[in-house]
Amino acid sequence: MRTWERIWIGATIALMALATLAVFLYAPREAKMGDVQRIFYFHVGTAWSGFLAFAVALVGSVLYLRTRSPRWDQLSHAAVEVGLVLLTMAIVAGSLWARPVWNTWWTWDPRLTTTTITWVVYLAYLLLRGAVENPEVRARFAAVYATVAFVTVPITYLSARLLRTIHPIVLGPSVSAEAQGQFGLTPRMAHTMALSVVAWTLLFSVLLWMRYRIQRAQEALEAMEAAGE
Amino acid sequence: MGYLVAAYLMFWGVTFLYLLSLLRRQRALEERLARMQARLDPAHREGDDGSE
Repeated sequence: MRTWERIWIGATIALMALATLAVFLYAPREAKMGDVQRIFYFHVGTAWSGFLAFAVALVGSVLYLRTRSPRWDQLSHAAVEVGLVLLTMAIVAGSLWARPVWNTWWTWDPRLTTTTITWVVYLAYLLLRGAVENPEVRARFAAVYATVAFVTVPITYLSARLLRTIHPIVLGPSVSAEAQGQFGLTPRMAHTMALSVVAWTLLFSVLLWMRYRIQRAQEALEAMEAAGE
Repeated sequence: MGYLVAAYLMFWGVTFLYLLSLLRRQRALEERLARMQARLDPAHREGDDGSE
């Protein structure tokens, strides 16, 4: 492992540990919801980095379609897989928060529905990739799919801002009078949220780098094996 | 408090399991590469011996 990789991974571990400490020891207890509100910090961090991963997949796909360089397809593939892991964590955490606050694990609210659609669309990306044998056709198909699939991300973001939803909006005004679990960010809450977002973004970058290297090595090995046969 | 603990155990657990799966895939690739090198090495030696 190179020195810069060691520093990068070390900083990620340190920031994740610091963010966890901030969540439990620095952020104040929310008056109405109590301790369960602390789920919010990592819920936002995972959701943000999951959507960032899909944005990376979009950029990789557009660059693949322009250059036809396999490295961009490999980056998109890696980003979608990491993004799905992060978005799954955000959904599960949201459900764990909803049970005591909304009195239900799940409801087909616009934000939850659009998030589920995003999750299914990107899961289908991975499943459909596996069904195409020819590497060039697979990469081209995947790039077009990931470019179109990204439309689900702004729709999910805007769903809680434009539609009547019970999902709270903490940053910016909520248009929905039905929002449940709404709270105002105190300065300490804002610091903790910012730290969590930075820590998860850094963790995402490490996971993406690891997954991308595996994808590159795997495809190079497969090409060598095919050439050797 | 139970939901909070469950959520943070899930965050750390899933992250740890995903990291583990990445490391396992990396190790599997290294083993495949080693097998391929082992397969190629005797062929190279034959080539060096002037068998071509």
